[in-house]
Amino acid sequence: MATATTATDFDVRRHDSFGLRVQHLLHSNPVLGPLAVLIVAIIAFSIVNARFLTATNMSLVLQQVTVIAVLALGQTLIILTAGIDLSAGAIAVFSSILAATFCTRAGLPGVLALVLGLGFGTLMGAINGFLVTRIKLPPFIVTLGTLTIFFSLNSVVSGSETVRGSDMPGIMTWTGESIPIGNFRLTYGSIIMLLLFAYFFYALSRTAWGKHVYATGDDAEAARLAGIQTSRVLFSVYTVAGLLYAVGGWILIGRLASASPNVGTEYNLDSITAVVLGGTSLFGGRGSVLGTLIGALIVGFFRNGLQLAGVEVVWQGFAIGLLVLIAVSLDQWIRKVKT
Amino acid sequence: MTAPVLEARGLTKRYGRVVAIDGSDLSLYPGEILAVIGDNGAGKSSLIKALSGALIPDSGDILLDGKPVHFRTPMDARAAGIETVYQTLAVAPGLDIADNLFLGREQRKPGVLGSVFRMLDRSHMRDEAKRHMSELGVATLQNIGQAVESLSGGQRQAVAVARSAAFGSKVVILDEPTAALGVKEGNRVLQLIRDVRDRGLPVILISHNMPHVFEVADRIHIQRLGRRATVITPKSHSMSDAVAIMTGAADPPPEPAA
Repeated sequence: MATATTATDFDVRRHDSFGLRVQHLLHSNPVLGPLAVLIVAIIAFSIVNARFLTATNMSLVLQQVTVIAVLALGQTLIILTAGIDLSAGAIAVFSSILAATFCTRAGLPGVLALVLGLGFGTLMGAINGFLVTRIKLPPFIVTLGTLTIFFSLNSVVSGSETVRGSDMPGIMTWTGESIPIGNFRLTYGSIIMLLLFAYFFYALSRTAWGKHVYATGDDAEAARLAGIQTSRVLFSVYTVAGLLYAVGGWILIGRLASASPNVGTEYNLDSITAVVLGGTSLFGGRGSVLGTLIGALIVGFFRNGLQLAGVEVVWQGFAIGLLVLIAVSLDQWIRKVKT
Repeated sequence: MTAPVLEARGLTKRYGRVVAIDGSDLSLYPGEILAVIGDNGAGKSSLIKALSGALIPDSGDILLDGKPVHFRTPMDARAAGIETVYQTLAVAPGLDIADNLFLGREQRKPGVLGSVFRMLDRSHMRDEAKRHMSELGVATLQNIGQAVESLSGGQRQAVAVARSAAFGSKVVILDEPTAALGVKEGNRVLQLIRDVRDRGLPVILISHNMPHVFEVADRIHIQRLGRRATVITPKSHSMSDAVAIMTGAADPPPEPAA
């Protein structure tokens, strides 16, 4: 038998069972799995409760999902490089507090305060990137540390007090305003989110930077030998992710109509959940932002759908947790693909 | 007689008190396959690393086309036209064949799309990848958009060799290209190595596999105790002669003609 397998020619021959063919299909189209889950969920929840598929409810879900989706976008970039970012939510919230503080207590014009807030978010991402690439610490440890530091500074700067939206210039809460399309209300925050996804879909699949992100996450040593400056790629990813989190923080202000230092602790893990549900592998090099968008929608639809079905909040978390475990098991199975 | 394309003179590398290469020479002539063999610890990999820029020698000279070169990184060697296929292949398993061929050397679309939007010229890169693969007789790969991890060991090797042949303008160095392969795939890769040579690129082949070495090499450089013991040809010596020289059981013949 051993000789039969070693003596393969350069042609690929496949005599696969159904299971293997599914495995290959998911391997070459990783978005199919999450997409199937999303569609099944939508059908199931709309059967359970007719209100689920109404425009009003759909626009509510989209608004609920928007912030997590933007954070998950940054998280996707980092997870594609086989890293992890526990500080995503902390950067988002701290950036929003900084921007709110600049335009209220410091009295800066709204646009300047916003740009500064985004700039500080980028800086926080760059600090993560510096620690990962220069000090060569594992991303988990780095972001565990910066998570705690950013939340701590967040409390210091804000004095644990919420800044009301009405006290801030209009630009700060603009992301919460919406364009009505029938009963569907599309917020500017959601539009920004969708544009960001479109942009990063392009950047990851059609530019050299994107290929380098995948190659670095796939096998960093191989990427280095192939001539890719992996440290530079990693640093860029953490920095860009910081900017994305800060944009998420801006959208959060619009969503809450205030800048609150006490939200966002759950966003760190929720962003990872969305990425994993979207089929991006925690081991790096595999996945897509399209999957992450679907993953974020799965979380949103599940929470909303279970609520409409009368399931208690505590059990919603249970269901999401179960989904995550299934998604990761599926990823492990897909990774073991053989020719 | 022609001048060597790549020449090393008196290369030395020490790690503390351990001498990895001890004044080693090497000459690679145009259009040849030079095999480098030697027992473990003979300094073959240090020698090759010095030539491919992965290691900076303590002393000695490397000459490319007769001109001295100083490689500080593998990138320097590559820029000078020396491509190395590492034993680990340095491919990204999740990316497809075309992506891997151009990894680290991607080509952008002409015009604004490329300069401002940094858009990759995917169709051009795919066509080029197809051309390179079929030039080396590896046209059987059905789909250039196939992920490398779905390929067999020999196919992956073919991708890595095709990459080096596509971009190496002076020298291709192959480190144990047949080590992990079965008999049939190993033979295909040997043919691939001949194809690379026949396209005019001289090849340095590091291998432990004596039958493979004797099958494809034009000359065989035997490394022993950190230096070149001798250079033989498959015609002048037998496999057991080579092994005897390699292990020190036989005295090396005097420095031969090229």
